[in-house]
Amino acid sequence: MESFRQAFELLFPPDKELLQIIGVTLKMSFFSTLISCLIGLPLGSLIGSQSFRGKSFIKKLIHTLMGLPPVVAGLVVYSLFTHYGPLGRLNMLFTVRVMVVAQVMLITPVVIGLTSSFIESASKPVIETARGLGFSGLKTARLCIGEGRSSLFSVVLNAFGRSIAEVGAVSIVGGNIQWKTRVMTTAIMLETNKGKFSFAIALGIILLLIAFIVNALASFTVRENADG
Amino acid sequence: MKRILAVIMALALVAGLSACGAKPADEPETTSVQAETPENPVIRLSTTTSVNDSGLLPYLLPAFESATGYRVEVQSAGTGAAIQKAIDGNADVILVHAKASEEEFIDGGYGVERLPFMFNYFVIVGPKDDPAGIKDCADAASAFAKIRDSKSKFVSRGDESGTHKAELKIWGDDAPDAANDSWYISAGQGMGACLTMAGEQQAYCLTDKATFLSMKDELDLDIVLAEGEDMKNTYSLIAVNPEKIDGVNTEGAQAFIDWMLGDEAGALIAKYGEEEYGTALFTLLK
Repeated sequence: MESFRQAFELLFPPDKELLQIIGVTLKMSFFSTLISCLIGLPLGSLIGSQSFRGKSFIKKLIHTLMGLPPVVAGLVVYSLFTHYGPLGRLNMLFTVRVMVVAQVMLITPVVIGLTSSFIESASKPVIETARGLGFSGLKTARLCIGEGRSSLFSVVLNAFGRSIAEVGAVSIVGGNIQWKTRVMTTAIMLETNKGKFSFAIALGIILLLIAFIVNALASFTVRENADG
Repeated sequence: MKRILAVIMALALVAGLSACGAKPADEPETTSVQAETPENPVIRLSTTTSVNDSGLLPYLLPAFESATGYRVEVQSAGTGAAIQKAIDGNADVILVHAKASEEEFIDGGYGVERLPFMFNYFVIVGPKDDPAGIKDCADAASAFAKIRDSKSKFVSRGDESGTHKAELKIWGDDAPDAANDSWYISAGQGMGACLTMAGEQQAYCLTDKATFLSMKDELDLDIVLAEGEDMKNTYSLIAVNPEKIDGVNTEGAQAFIDWMLGDEAGALIAKYGEEEYGTALFTLLK
């Protein structure tokens, strides 16, 4: 109850630092989702709708990567961008951009894996029909995507949910720097480490609220489009 | 359905294997206990990362455990969280280093008595070429003033830990403001993560000596200033007050405190670090 009161107090009137943290969180999650979907949706659709040699191996590989521990992804990205690392000259460590890089690494396999299995299950009848009509592979894929559109929408939201809730990787590569790379999850972690547990839960409530609003907005937009 | 079953079977197999693997590690523990096992053998110690990560506790505890038959469960976090855990009833004894918070803890009735027993010095580490020129400063306060004037990068814990509180005390009334002073990086992370960041960014950082020495090889940083009068860092033991908090293992807490303040622990603490770092990391009070 104490946590709900604190959450309310943070929001009305909005706390300046909290707004900045929410801004960084949304920016990071938006770009991570966008990039991983730009890569993952086409690749996943292709894998799901086509049959080719080595497909089962690729699927196993993707399913393994879907379980990649965030801390490991964070460490890999860290060692790429560290001062003496191969990409150290870019001077990107402890920035929001490098947090997006780590997130994309984590989320893209999830997007590919979910997309391909949705397409696969939704598309069996479509593929059979398309094959009967002698359609090309690309045209078949396009038909499948049409069939599985609502599932793909949930893939995108899933990707967004993952990125907004992630903490291990972003704290390693982002550094949880105040006014710069601190996001909701790392702020919650910090308050927990400070021993301010009820305040940490208040931040958690706000994070859930943000996720809910984003989900509601997204499904509203999609319904509008479907109607129009 | 079959496929799902197969996945579950595979997971169960892995879980079973890892459980088997864990068993042999448990065995020597039960045989190595020489003293009679006390009635309530588990002591929950809530402490700060600097005591645990420096290796001091892993070094001391086996001696205590075999002498008394107690088993110590160590939870390490920043001083703020370490104290909060005790207030929440999740610890029997605390070992921390932030005088003001400790006194608050006692005043609130949560602790029995504050027992300062050892100290070391915070050190200021920084880039090897010392761009702010603080090498010859008399104390940390004047070094900090030079860092501020030259706007040299400085990484702050920013997590209300004992080290962060010590840092704020040194800044005094003109603590930098992370929102406007871009050279002041408030990281909100543990000592190790902050030192790594200071190394990456070639920034100054206030740290306990033990953590820095344990990471020195991976960091492109040197100790720039050590042992100023305002850099003393005192550690205290406090037993949690059983009259205020339920379920406290009072006998265990007392046994641990008695042993830590005794001669055997004293001798061990006084020479800890000499072998590995060539210098003792903690000094006994008295």
